[in-house]
Amino acid sequence: MELCSFLTLDSFITDPLTHDFMRKALLMSSLVAAVCGFLSSYLTLKGWALMGDAVSHSVMPGVVVAYALGLPFSLGAFIFGVGSVALIGFIKQKSRVKEDTVIGLVFTGFFALGIVLVSKIKSNIDLHSILFGSPLGISLSDVKQTIFISLLVVILLSIFRKDLMLYCFDPRHAKTVGINVFFLHYLLLTCLSLAAVVGLQSVGIILVVAMLITPGATAYLLTDRFENMTVISVLSAIISSLIGIYVSFWFDLETGGSIVLAQTFIFLFAFLFAPRYGIFKLKKLFAGYK
Amino acid sequence: METINYQNFRIDAENICVDYNGKVALYDANLRLKPGQICGLVGMNGAGKTTFFNALTGFVNISKGKIRINGESVRSAQKDQTIAYVPQNEGIDSQFPISVWDVVMMGRYGSMNIFRCPRESDVQAVKDAIERVDLTDHLSTPIGNLSGGQRKRTFLARAIAQRASILLLDEPFSGVDIRTEKLISELFIQFKNEGKTILLSTHDMIHVREFCDLVLLINKTVVAYGETSEVFTPENITTTFGGISPDFLFGPES
Repeated sequence: MELCSFLTLDSFITDPLTHDFMRKALLMSSLVAAVCGFLSSYLTLKGWALMGDAVSHSVMPGVVVAYALGLPFSLGAFIFGVGSVALIGFIKQKSRVKEDTVIGLVFTGFFALGIVLVSKIKSNIDLHSILFGSPLGISLSDVKQTIFISLLVVILLSIFRKDLMLYCFDPRHAKTVGINVFFLHYLLLTCLSLAAVVGLQSVGIILVVAMLITPGATAYLLTDRFENMTVISVLSAIISSLIGIYVSFWFDLETGGSIVLAQTFIFLFAFLFAPRYGIFKLKKLFAGYK
Repeated sequence: METINYQNFRIDAENICVDYNGKVALYDANLRLKPGQICGLVGMNGAGKTTFFNALTGFVNISKGKIRINGESVRSAQKDQTIAYVPQNEGIDSQFPISVWDVVMMGRYGSMNIFRCPRESDVQAVKDAIERVDLTDHLSTPIGNLSGGQRKRTFLARAIAQRASILLLDEPFSGVDIRTEKLISELFIQFKNEGKTILLSTHDMIHVREFCDLVLLINKTVVAYGETSEVFTPENITTTFGGISPDFLFGPES
């Protein structure tokens, strides 16, 4: 049994690495986690958790249509992701319905459309891998797409990181000093859609929002500096991915769920023991012993 | 009739209207301010004070009228860093993970390159600005750990670092300590001598009498505008506040 070799830590880590699909899964998931973690700092500070949820669910019909037409699925996902946001903005502006209601009804509508399309287009679409992710079964063309999109998002976020921070913090000042706030808004939305597209390969559509908010929330509890927040967010996302994949390999668990659970546990740990903002405020406890 | 030279006015708002999805927030509002003038913007909550500020900074579009800043459009005023906006304390996320230094540096963003890399002149401007508001001991303090007054001074420093010639201040005196209040009023005198133009909204009538050369009373539109000594009368104030007598609002005049 596999569990026998579990006895040494060394083999716990190295054994899975002998499998080609595991090496690929670990690398790809780390990359995806890094991208989502980077973006996560901005989304948590901007308060866009619900927006992240909306975009990630809305890409579903795009993925299905792209598969059916033989196009890169990231393209379809991207179009529907951005489309959903545009539609949310339009309905919000033209009706008296409140924003969170509009977001909720638009993304569930898109998601439902995706599910209906899957049942109608009887192709070889694996509904399970779209909904719950399949980092272990990632294909070569998916690898290329993922690397390309990830690099694109990282480059965009790196170039505009200070402007985006200002946009999240004080858009009015940004506008006053002539910075293009409209552009930054759509830049952040574009990155969100792209990150959702790569993220859903790791953990699936349903859980991808966790990749986009949990690392940022964890980091927010651990630091008062934005630069550190980004670093912590990326690191905690990568570590969660590695833990999730190893655990799912050894205990035969759903991989996407394991990755997100690892993130949740890291968040809980920060929530309880963060030096300044945790429930038990470790800093104060230690100070008491001096 | 003498011709008006618009270059003489720092701010020249003519018959401006702002509506949000058909709901009128401000209509037919006029304001003309020259260099070195301090003007108080007084009105109830929802009277359009913030909307007025937003129109001047270009944060909302006006549906009618015209705004000239130094004789030019709002857009070119944005490009030239002409206007600085100092938000009220409630208007910002005090838990945002950012230090005093970084907030003040944001005042320089508009004139930096696309990567926002500070040049030596930017660093110097930020240092000087922080010194002027007496926060040199708090350079790397996260804004969440500051008092209300210190936070207000941080945003004032941002406006100073920006080297704007027009300052818009939303409730500069609300929720600040005595020390900050004194510092702000000293700065106002310096700004005036430097020829800056200041428009500030306030709830406190004493501050209007103390600092403002001019006062603009609004209630969706201009109720009265002019020299404080002439316009800031109990009758006008009563009209501005929807019929409530000023005695009731701030006690009998001493």
